[in-house]
Amino acid sequence: MNNSLIIGQYVPGNSLIHRLDPRTKITIIFFFVFIVFFANNVLSYGILVAFALTAMLTSKVPVRFIMKGLTPVWFLIIFTFILHLFVTKEGTVVFELGIFKFYSGGIIQGFAISIRFFLLILVTSLLTLTTTPIEITDGIEDMLHPLKRFKFPVHELALMMSISLRFIPTLMQETDKISKAQASRGVDFRTGPLKERVKAVVPLLVPLFISAFKRAEELAMAMEARGYQGGDNRTKLRELKVTKLDIMGYLIFILVVAILFLTRTYG
Amino acid sequence: MDITFKNVTYIYQRNSPFEHKAVDGLSFHIPSGSFVAIIGHTGSGKSTLIQHLNGLTAPSEGEVHIGDFKLTNEEKPKNMKELRSRVGVVFQYPEHQLFEETIAKDIAFGPENFGVDQKEIERRTKEVIRQVHLPEELLDRSPFDLSGGQKRRVAIAGVLAIQPEVLVLDEPTAGLDPRGQKEIMDMFYELHQQEGLTTILVTHSMEDALKYADHILILNKGKKFMEGTAVDVFSQREALQSVQLDVPEVVEFLIKFEKKIGKQIPFHNQSMKELAEEIRQVVKGVDEHE
Repeated sequence: MNNSLIIGQYVPGNSLIHRLDPRTKITIIFFFVFIVFFANNVLSYGILVAFALTAMLTSKVPVRFIMKGLTPVWFLIIFTFILHLFVTKEGTVVFELGIFKFYSGGIIQGFAISIRFFLLILVTSLLTLTTTPIEITDGIEDMLHPLKRFKFPVHELALMMSISLRFIPTLMQETDKISKAQASRGVDFRTGPLKERVKAVVPLLVPLFISAFKRAEELAMAMEARGYQGGDNRTKLRELKVTKLDIMGYLIFILVVAILFLTRTYG
Repeated sequence: MDITFKNVTYIYQRNSPFEHKAVDGLSFHIPSGSFVAIIGHTGSGKSTLIQHLNGLTAPSEGEVHIGDFKLTNEEKPKNMKELRSRVGVVFQYPEHQLFEETIAKDIAFGPENFGVDQKEIERRTKEVIRQVHLPEELLDRSPFDLSGGQKRRVAIAGVLAIQPEVLVLDEPTAGLDPRGQKEIMDMFYELHQQEGLTTILVTHSMEDALKYADHILILNKGKKFMEGTAVDVFSQREALQSVQLDVPEVVEFLIKFEKKIGKQIPFHNQSMKELAEEIRQVVKGVDEHE
């Protein structure tokens, strides 16, 4: 239904990025998010951009598909850029337009923030584009494992996550189906005054909730019928394994971080 | 309303790795007042096809004409609401679309959206609840108190209350018990004849197609595989089997009969009684030879 939003969509493949262990990907992305904020000159930003673009190309996910998927985010990026143009008053005045004065600091800041934003979104969507939701939850479960000592329900949390991820497409389909059925009965979701459009949501939401509750009940019953018991001693179908590829991934990332810290401006 | 498809292609998620042609170069014509069955496997493009009939989707390529309405990739009719009031669609598992507090309100939902006045709605509500064979006392009850089969009838009543000229049915009997299936199909057939509707039935059941449809359209992988009357289509057993479709039991029986007895009885959509008579004739003929 929504063709433009790609966050959370998995594109099957067998590229190097696809084959990385989910824990490797999650760890690298986690640190990348911090690292982005350490870049402060053209060269250091260049390194981060190069890293992200290389990862994107290695993943073999069609570039056009990713860029199209980022359309809603582009709007946000451009908006932040423009906001910085108007609000930041540092450096020298570059040019004037009527009552507005544009400062060099504003332009630079605008660029920097936009690039950060772009990098963060690109890298995180690469994770979901190249990793199945199940792999991601398995990875997170494994990484949170130490918390178990503090009675943190790691397994239950991971199960909840994978169930909700699993049902997102189902719910989207259901929404699509019901909205089409109601549209056939003359509901107009797209035009008309706001009040009418809000009212048009009721015939959509009520059936959706009913089916979601029913589905939850059925799932619980099916799990119980098959003797599901969470937690200890439960074995896994897919064991996560760290391979040479992951070690290389880490090494490359450490290298990138090292270069970044060498090139950034201090003081 | 006449329905014409001219070279219609529909592509899902164009320009993405998930691009997928659901309907591929489809052309056909359905004259007003006919009962058409559309048959095909899951993923053959049936559901996508019917969404074109009331403008829920527009073709990626080609043209769809429904009466005076024309749908192409570039232009959509401005009076979409009118199109939807004239083409009623009963989706698969229509009971999932129920949402109102009372059955009467749910039935009135469609006509209300299309601006029918209150008095007329009341009249229609009473009429359609009778048409779907439910007691009028139910009207003030909640639709969620009903059984599955009754819910389906209420949902169907909600579409009938719009009084469409074209009725599109997407596997209306799926998940019902055999008796419920027969009742619902007979009900649609009765309506088709009484109200002079154009009916389009999407089904997996060859028996239903044989029994009710005067024209059959078979889809395979988004393309038209076969088209014609029940006799035309079901005489081609081998072709149907090549796309994993069965023939109705009668045809199956006639083929086995020919193998066993060595005499051929041509299939011409005969009734049970006619068939019995034909068999009698043939068997008598065999006896006399001996």
